[in-house]
Amino acid sequence: MFKTFPSGGIHPPELKLTGSAPILYLPVPETVTIPVSQHIGAPAVPLVSKGDYVKTGQLIAAGQGFVSSNIHSSVSGKINKIDTIIDSTGYRQSAIFIDVEGDEWIDSIDRSSEIIREIKLTTPEIIKRCQESGIVGMGGAAFPSHVKLAIPSGKNCNILIINGVECEPFLTSDHRLMVEKAAEIITGVSILMKALNVDNAMIGIEANKPDAIACMTEEASLVRGISVHGLKVKYPQGAEKQLIKALTNKEVPHGKLPLDLGIVVQNVATAFAIYEAVQKNKPLFERVVTITGKSLTNPGNYFVRTGTPIVRLIDAAGGLPEDTGKIISGGPMMGKAVNNTGVPVVKGTSGIVLVPLEDAKRETIKPCIRCAKCSSVCSFNQEPYLMMALAERGLWERAEASGITDCMECGSCSYVCPANRPILDYIRLGKSTVNKLKRERNAK
Amino acid sequence: MSLTIPLTILSLSLLAFVSAVILYFVAQKFKVIEDPRIDEIQAILPAANCGGCGFAGCRNFAEALVGADTLENLNCPVGGIAVMTAAGNILGKTAPVFDPLIAVIKCNGTAEFRSRTSNYDGAPDCRIAHNLYIGDTDCSYGCLGNGDCVRACTFNAINMDYETMLPVIMDNKCVACGLCVKACPRNLIELRKRAKKEKKLYVACSSCGKGGTARKACKVACIACSKCLQICESGAITINNYLAYIDAKKCTLCRKCVTECPTGSILEFNFPPRKLKSELETASISG
Amino acid sequence: MSNLFNISPSPHTHGPETTDKLMRGVVLALIPALLASVFYFGTGALIVTATSVISCVGFEYLIQRFILKKPVSITDGSAVVTGILLAFNLPSNLPVFIIIIGSLVAIGIAKMTFGGLGNNPFNPALVGRVFLLISFPVQMTTWPLPKGFQTGYIDALTGATPLAVIKEGIKNGESLVNLMEKIPSTLRMFLGNMGGSMGEVAAIALLIGFAYLLFKKIITWHIPVSIIGTVAVFTGILWLSNPGSFADPLFHILTGGLLLGAIFMATDYVTSPMNPKAMIIYGCGIGLLTVVIRVWGAYPEGVSFAILIMNAFVPLMNLYIKPKRFGEEIKNG
Repeated sequence: MFKTFPSGGIHPPELKLTGSAPILYLPVPETVTIPVSQHIGAPAVPLVSKGDYVKTGQLIAAGQGFVSSNIHSSVSGKINKIDTIIDSTGYRQSAIFIDVEGDEWIDSIDRSSEIIREIKLTTPEIIKRCQESGIVGMGGAAFPSHVKLAIPSGKNCNILIINGVECEPFLTSDHRLMVEKAAEIITGVSILMKALNVDNAMIGIEANKPDAIACMTEEASLVRGISVHGLKVKYPQGAEKQLIKALTNKEVPHGKLPLDLGIVVQNVATAFAIYEAVQKNKPLFERVVTITGKSLTNPGNYFVRTGTPIVRLIDAAGGLPEDTGKIISGGPMMGKAVNNTGVPVVKGTSGIVLVPLEDAKRETIKPCIRCAKCSSVCSFNQEPYLMMALAERGLWERAEASGITDCMECGSCSYVCPANRPILDYIRLGKSTVNKLKRERNAK
Repeated sequence: MSLTIPLTILSLSLLAFVSAVILYFVAQKFKVIEDPRIDEIQAILPAANCGGCGFAGCRNFAEALVGADTLENLNCPVGGIAVMTAAGNILGKTAPVFDPLIAVIKCNGTAEFRSRTSNYDGAPDCRIAHNLYIGDTDCSYGCLGNGDCVRACTFNAINMDYETMLPVIMDNKCVACGLCVKACPRNLIELRKRAKKEKKLYVACSSCGKGGTARKACKVACIACSKCLQICESGAITINNYLAYIDAKKCTLCRKCVTECPTGSILEFNFPPRKLKSELETASISG
Repeated sequence: MSNLFNISPSPHTHGPETTDKLMRGVVLALIPALLASVFYFGTGALIVTATSVISCVGFEYLIQRFILKKPVSITDGSAVVTGILLAFNLPSNLPVFIIIIGSLVAIGIAKMTFGGLGNNPFNPALVGRVFLLISFPVQMTTWPLPKGFQTGYIDALTGATPLAVIKEGIKNGESLVNLMEKIPSTLRMFLGNMGGSMGEVAAIALLIGFAYLLFKKIITWHIPVSIIGTVAVFTGILWLSNPGSFADPLFHILTGGLLLGAIFMATDYVTSPMNPKAMIIYGCGIGLLTVVIRVWGAYPEGVSFAILIMNAFVPLMNLYIKPKRFGEEIKNG
């Protein structure tokens, strides 16, 4: 049988409408808006100014410090302005606006479609190339990859786990990538193995993607040490700690990182981006995005340049349906709702989901009936109802003791709550407040 | 049989006596010597336990008052001067005089002035909306309208106006305890000096956005044009982070800034009606 | 932009479960037992159930509307469940006014005074039932006999429950062997052909309801299984130690309100613990107390009291019995 993590988890309707839609290239838009903060860590600082001409792939904003990431132009054209835009974080962010002129790439990028399997770069060179190319984790969190690859002294990595789970409903960008770019991904995995100096890599893919499992297994058989594992369909299996538990049966201890168990987890899309960066010298300025929704006439998967407003994607998929009540950047379980269609696609955007109005409304909040369904689906075995009550009442010390900061905000508790209680909303509030209080305490 | 009743009475009396003796010694042993003035002061405090004084409740404040060397920095905003003077009399110390304060909401972004750009559909809690995104308008500084201040107020002094989606503070009920100030995640509420006849004059905007951004999001935003700064004769107005601020202690309530403000972001309340310019002119002609 | 988009924190989707659906599920699971009681006790069962449900819902409406002045939430079905469960704990010939008093106590005192649904520490139906049992001991222990479908109400033929027969008999010094002949056979008890409260007699109907609840994932197995298991083990030990004076485990499981209590009353969401470990301890506590009351207590039946006593410990259990969190106390290598 397929493996999975033992406790908790839910099975929302999969709704993978675009699982068999091949990845198309979205035409380059007339203007792009590239936020300087597309990753966790310090925002990048723009290197260009108004009126400058940039080529596709050119560095336009430099990462600041170690935990940060470079930003490259995804198009060629003139810098219109550097201003603020409301992006998918929901807040105003500084962004570089570029008016597109043609599509002239910088010369160092190898644009041939030939698959290069031989890895010429050494370990430090690979990490340096990842940093230069602005590679970040593409599963959603957008954590700079070079930070994850640089193992601190005193720690060892012995297993690399590649996350091809894609447990969110609707999203199929990783799925299609695994089907169509399996060879590139496997080479990317080999590069990662070399960078981390490990012999073993495990690729976890949920059982609802048999074609992806087949393609990846075939390619993986050509390389020593890479194994592909089918996993039982269960949300939130794509979460780092749950995936580790499912594949290796090891639990990352409370307050520790996977690296403390000698494990590093990377997403398949990240592996593909690393392949392109290392073998083709192509910085990260393009990614696969699923555009989907029940009312869309033509949902699909597209290679999209970063900075493309999502309205371009929606137009390519058949236009904004009349009944759209909510636009989600990411999946319906963990994505962020955006308030306008001008929001740009960034490195961490795995999909855009358009939700019809009747599905986009939250139901009336009713009193908690203490059914404990939230506890039973919590994959961290916690007590969401309690954490919500503590956060709602502002009892931060008790919230901290209840382990509120362990929550990874998968949303299973809010999903199952029969009384429609906004459990995760309050847990998130409690989490941020407790983290703030902790920082203040540590600062003293 | 005849013995039953006397025996019962006897044994119960004995039991009562023994218990009384035990209780007496226990009471002696665990006697807590407490300053009787704490009770006296607690009796005159408002008993609202709002925490406006900075202590957890009225009892704690009474203890603090008794324990303090001077009454400086100690104030019960709810009771005001009357209560503090009474407390001072009990303790034989002079109570400091604090200006009575009132809370004002530094946002006037009603639905009319600030167009909505999304519908907030999450939990009805300002803190959650604030952590999530800029809010249901394009102003990332203004009121979110989910009523955290209304819930925080223990004196029922704040109501939500569902037409404007802004909270309204009632002057007669507000005791300036400061609970709403702490509750607002966007720091829109300020405790200002109460002027005579409840006159209020303040910049009803908290937008630190640049003029253009602020104006685009809200018609009554402060755009930091500094016109008020120039016209103010008492030097009460300062501009920081693209936002004007009127110092209530320096302000003479001349109201010149109100008419000068191009966006109307400075509000006045409880002033006598202004004479219109045309009326003034006709008055001078006829006179 | 013509229409504005909704914005909320994630998740942006919700599962199919709602409070109303869960309550409807419980009502559905109670239907087989209701049918069985109508089959055995006739129209009396229907009258009691209807009176109880209508007065429970009615009191909830009146209290929410006129005393609390809050939005009325009778549509969530929790008052219906309370009404049916209260009815199931009553004899099928109980005078209507007593049922209404029971409903008032259940809804008014046990539920609404604590803040309504989700806040009551004790199971409302059981509070109502125990209140009636103490206030109207004669009416509450005059059990109609299952004479097949009958239309008589107050004047139905009455008799004692098997538990009462055993209790009285042992008190009067009769031997258990003789007493066992006076009570119905195991098969008859399993089918429900015996005296008792209207909803508790038919074990088979209750088990069908249990299967439905488990299938629909409305409840988990922990509480019912631990209660029944504890009763079986405890009475088994007593029976093995002295078969002459203690009845066998099967008798204890099939008689009285044990199955009804274990499946429907103890599993009440609001008044039961919130994690499996605590659920099992709670179930064992109920089982133990039930047997203690049945064997050594003054009442022949102790399930109601046992559940109410354990209800009182639920907040404490929720506070101190915690599930093992992910990544806690794990020793890797």
